[in-house]
Amino acid sequence: MNSALVLLAAEGEKENPLIPPWPEVVIGLIAFVIVFGFLAKKLLPNINKVLEERREAIEGGIEKAEAAQTEAQSVLEQYKAQLAEARHEAARLRQEAQEQGATLIAEMRAEGQRQREEIIAAGHAQIQADRKAAASALRQDVGKLATDLAGKLVGESLEDHARQSRVIDRFLDELDDKATTAEATR
Amino acid sequence: MSADPTQVLAFETDCHIFDGCGFPAPGLHSFLFEPLWGNADGNGMYFNKPMLLALLGSIIIVGFFWAAFNKPKVVPGKLQMVAEAGYDFIRRGVVYETIGKKEGEKYVPLIVTLFFFVWMMNLWSIIPVAQFPVTSIIAYPMVLALVVYVLWVSLTFKRHGFVGFFKNVTGYDKSLGAVLPLSMTIEFFSNLLVRPFTHAVRLFANMFAGHTLLLLFTIASWYLLNGIGIAYAGVSFVMTIIMTAFELFIQAVQAYVFVLLTCTYIQGALAEHH
Repeated sequence: MNSALVLLAAEGEKENPLIPPWPEVVIGLIAFVIVFGFLAKKLLPNINKVLEERREAIEGGIEKAEAAQTEAQSVLEQYKAQLAEARHEAARLRQEAQEQGATLIAEMRAEGQRQREEIIAAGHAQIQADRKAAASALRQDVGKLATDLAGKLVGESLEDHARQSRVIDRFLDELDDKATTAEATR
Repeated sequence: MSADPTQVLAFETDCHIFDGCGFPAPGLHSFLFEPLWGNADGNGMYFNKPMLLALLGSIIIVGFFWAAFNKPKVVPGKLQMVAEAGYDFIRRGVVYETIGKKEGEKYVPLIVTLFFFVWMMNLWSIIPVAQFPVTSIIAYPMVLALVVYVLWVSLTFKRHGFVGFFKNVTGYDKSLGAVLPLSMTIEFFSNLLVRPFTHAVRLFANMFAGHTLLLLFTIASWYLLNGIGIAYAGVSFVMTIIMTAFELFIQAVQAYVFVLLTCTYIQGALAEHH
C-alpha cells in the first residue's frame, strides 16, 4: 500500500486526472462522430419524415372528419328545406283540393238543382198533359153520361143534338171557369 | 498492489479487516487501466477498457436507434415508441424550450446525439462487468465540450461579426458605466476561457465522484467481510445498492444538464446582443 502511494506520488505529475491523454481524446472523438454520423445523417431524418407523415395523417383525418361534418350539415339543411317545401306543397295541394271540391260540390249542387227543376218541370208538364187528357176524357165521359142520363130522362136520344149544339161543352167550360176563379181567389 | 493498473479488479481480493492489511481505498489509480493493446507509457497509440467501452457504447446507441428508426412506421412499434419518446423529450423539452423551434431545429441532431452519448457513457458505471463510467476520464467530456465550444464560437462569429463577437462574449452594456471594464473582463474570462472548462469538468467530476463512492462502498463491503466486520459489511453493501440507484439518477441528470448547457450556449450565440 505504501509503495502504491509512492508510485501514485511519483506519477502524480503525469497522471493529473484533468490532463487527458491524447489517444483517449481521439477515441472519444471517433466514438462521438460515429453516433453523430448515424443519427444526424440517417436515423433522425428517417424518424422526422415518419413523424411528419403521422402529423399529416392525423391532420388529414381531422380535415376529413370536418369535411364529413360540414357535408352532413349541408345535407341536413337540404333535407330540412326539402321537408319544408314538401309540407308547403302538401298544404297548397290540400287547399287546392278543398277549393276544387267546393267548386265541384257547388257545380254538382247546381246541376242537381237544374236536374230537379227539369224533372219537376217535366213532371208538371206530364201532369198538365195528363190532366188535360183526363179533363178531355172526363168531359167526353161526363157529356156522354149527361146526355145518356138526359136521354134516359127525356126518353129520346139527345146524343146527336147534344153533339151538335155543344151545350155540354159550354156547361163544362163554365164549370172550369168557376174552378179557376175559385182557385185564384183562394 | 492497488495502484498497479495491471490488476483485473479495482482492488485486492485477498485482503480483509483483522488480517493485518490496510483498507485498499479507491483513488486516482482506480481510474487508470493497463492498455489491452499498446503501451500507455510512451506517446504511442494504445487501447484500454474505457476506450473499448466508449466504442462499444457508440455501437449500442447506433444499434438501438437503428433498430428503432431504420424502418420507422407511422404506427410505431414498442421499440420505436420508446426511442421516439427519448427523441421527443430532447427535441421538445430541451432544444425547442431553450433555442426555439425555428432556430433550434438545425441543432436537434447534435443535441440528441450529445444526450444519448453522454448518458450511455455514464450508464457504463452500473452495467455489470463494465462498471466504469467512461465520462470519468476527462478526455471524453473534454472532447464533447470542445465540440460545443467550437460550435459556439463559430456561431457567435457568424451571427455577430468580429466586433459583435466581442460584444456578445464580454456582455457589452453601456448602461453599466464605470463598472463596464471590470464586467467585460470578468465576462470575457468567464465565457471564453472558464466556460468550456466547467462544462467538461462538471460532467467529469460528477462521474468521477460517483464512481469513487461506488468503489468505496463496494470495496468496504468486501474488505469488512471478516469476524464482527460482517455486520458493517452488510451496511456497506446496502449503501452500495443505494448509491447504485442514486448513480442511475445522477447519470441521467448529468447528461441532461450537459445538453441543457449546450443549448443555452447556442441560444446565447444566436441571440441579438442587447
